[in-house]
Amino acid sequence: MARVVVDVMLKPEILDPQGQAVQRALPRLGFDGIADVRQGKRFELEVEGPVDDAALARINEMAETFLANTVIEDFTVKVEEEK
Amino acid sequence: MTTRIGVVTFPGTLDDQDSLRAVRIAGAEPVSLWHRDKDLHQVDAVILAGGFSYGDYLRAGAISRFSPVMATIIEQAKAGLPVLGICNGFQILTEAHLLPGAMLRNNNLHFICRDQKLRVENADTAWTSAYTAGQEISVPLKNVDGRYTADERTLDELEAEGRVAFRYADVNLNGSLRDIAGITNAAGNVVGLMPHPEHAVDPLVGTGRTDGLGIFTSIIKKLVTA
Repeated sequence: MARVVVDVMLKPEILDPQGQAVQRALPRLGFDGIADVRQGKRFELEVEGPVDDAALARINEMAETFLANTVIEDFTVKVEEEK
Repeated sequence: MTTRIGVVTFPGTLDDQDSLRAVRIAGAEPVSLWHRDKDLHQVDAVILAGGFSYGDYLRAGAISRFSPVMATIIEQAKAGLPVLGICNGFQILTEAHLLPGAMLRNNNLHFICRDQKLRVENADTAWTSAYTAGQEISVPLKNVDGRYTADERTLDELEAEGRVAFRYADVNLNGSLRDIAGITNAAGNVVGLMPHPEHAVDPLVGTGRTDGLGIFTSIIKKLVTA
């Protein structure tokens, strides 16, 4: 089975207070040198059958209509591995 | 004929009973609608109540938006059916693209629960005609994903067309852009707001104010005179 990964991130212009809270906690925990943190979502899809153009087109449609809200989020789709 | 106003219950909806009660106090017949039932049972208007439908999984409102009842509501809202979204209901309306923009985690990351002063900006919608433009009201606000966001062009369009229905009048703890607390679609039949008018309809409950009742009397007046 092939795995397709959909990463969803807030658009760059959208404020991410959760990412900021993580970034502010880092120096306190001894992790220095991190200028910025953005928090996103990762979906791992185990695909039945071949990951051909038709399957990827459906996954793109799924990401655009459901996994991401394209008003506030961008997404990327990549095929990770063939087992 | 009595005005029939439906209130949808999704798994995780919390404020459906208060919304049904507000409809009854305002003088209409409350009708419970179920998320899996596509039939709207001849209601004249629909309220999407507050809560955490589907646990806010994925994004607030993202899963509810695809429920069977929403397919009918989206279709009929486009044809003029009055629809009000309160809090989670507002989030569902933006996810369904019946209203523009989106709701994000509050700037301060806190769950907010307070009596909130609002300014009614547009008193010409199906749900706000009992108020006057510029009137200040106070109703409860309680949410964690209440930061209204849209791109600059959409915000300018909303302002230019008078589609900001409610604005936070004293403080804006969500971090909503342009202090927006509620908006309407261009036709004025679909309105969404984050604060909870249904919790401010009875002088014996809460802060003793009934500032929210106007939302419900507005729609009844609209439907009766239509």
